[in-house]
Amino acid sequence: MWRRQIITKTRAVCRASSASRAFADKPADIPPPVSDAFKDAFKKAAPNLQLPKFPSQFMKPRPPVPGTLPTKLTVNFVLPYKSEMDAQEVDMIIVPATTGQMGILPGHVPTIAELKPGIMSVHEGSEVKQFFVSGGFAFVHPNSVADVTVVDAYPLDVFDAEEVKRGLADFTQKSAAATTDSEKAEAEIGVQVHSALSAALGLS
Amino acid sequence: MASSQIVRNRMKSVKSIQKITKAMKMVAASKLRGVQVKAENSRGFWQPFVALLGDHPDIESKKNVILTISSDRGLCGGINSTSVKFSKAMFTLSASEEPAKYVILGEKGKVQLQRDSKKNIQMVVTDIQKMPINFTQISMIADEILKNVEFDTIKIIYNKFGSVVSFLPSVATIPSPEVIARESEAGGKLEQLESYEIEGGDSKAEVLQNLSEFQFAAMLFNASLENACSEQGARMSAMDSSTRNASEMLEKLTLKYNRSRQASITTELIEIISGAAALEAAS
Repeated sequence: MWRRQIITKTRAVCRASSASRAFADKPADIPPPVSDAFKDAFKKAAPNLQLPKFPSQFMKPRPPVPGTLPTKLTVNFVLPYKSEMDAQEVDMIIVPATTGQMGILPGHVPTIAELKPGIMSVHEGSEVKQFFVSGGFAFVHPNSVADVTVVDAYPLDVFDAEEVKRGLADFTQKSAAATTDSEKAEAEIGVQVHSALSAALGLS
Repeated sequence: MASSQIVRNRMKSVKSIQKITKAMKMVAASKLRGVQVKAENSRGFWQPFVALLGDHPDIESKKNVILTISSDRGLCGGINSTSVKFSKAMFTLSASEEPAKYVILGEKGKVQLQRDSKKNIQMVVTDIQKMPINFTQISMIADEILKNVEFDTIKIIYNKFGSVVSFLPSVATIPSPEVIARESEAGGKLEQLESYEIEGGDSKAEVLQNLSEFQFAAMLFNASLENACSEQGARMSAMDSSTRNASEMLEKLTLKYNRSRQASITTELIEIISGAAALEAAS
């Protein structure tokens, strides 16, 4: 009888915990971001299915908008294949927006900035980390969180100066000789990236 | 004896099936390890967009596109059927003046949806996993879809990888730049967007367009990686249960074989002994 009690108790615990086991990242307590009307319509459309999950349920919650001016900027610097910086607190970052280098300090006005290929620097105390980033976006939120999403980024020391010079010459020539619109656009992108790189490396 | 030969043949085939499914499980496990790392690393990539624009599956939209992500190969448990069931549910939900359209990634989804929704399928992309999934490939697919499909929202339906035994069907919503512009006015769902300053580009519309396209590529990248993980995980558990079933069946067949073999030996013995006894009784 004691054994049967253990079995029924473990079965109940298993059923309860299967909904909220702490594996990978589970949408533990965040409710689905849909109205009740949506839930009812879904139940009518598919009575045998549970409501699907939504990406906002898998996100780590973001800090609220602070009352006073914050002292640090929280930076999320993400690439498709890794999160370079995840909620790291720094003093300032400078990003290469299409309108020029843009400095972001804590308490910066909320901004959506399109980025062009160039150098991004992260200032923390006395250290400065520099990355060469491809195009992407930078968001600054009212809660002093900056998100920088780019397609690719590398620290400056992995670039080979000779290759950059050669690439720039190559693409400038292609841009002059291009016939179709798409060829011209590709060559111009190449020229833009390589000239930004050579400026970053201090070459030309 | 005739029946023991038949049983022996069956045992041979079941044993080879067991070996094959065991090997498939090992292959799926090793592939899972590779894709899981990539999927977990890509999880941060779409979060800035949802932090900025929020997640609004019930945003008002007329032209709806349902993007179903499925696998190309079978033997992966129920994940493709789950995706198709959810796609059909979202399709019914998004019916407005014009019916929604399907864009399908993966052979299995196409086969299942073609059966009853053939005229609603706008685009099909297959053979995505011939090479390991990377962002360039997904950007090209996203580009093709954006060029050829008109939409107000795209709903991506995929199986998010919870763990090796749990796959969570999920729906990610991508609004078009026009919808973002419309909802960012006062009273819309994206009201908070008005307080953001826009840097770069010639106009706000251009920046919003690039934003929407980049968000689509980022979301699609994460969704296809998660689905690939779920596919390998589901295949692992399907092949594992198949191996276990095969070994159970093998045990039962072995018992049956031994019984029939012993029965034939006993019959022979009885014949010999009764023959000998008859000779003795006669002499």
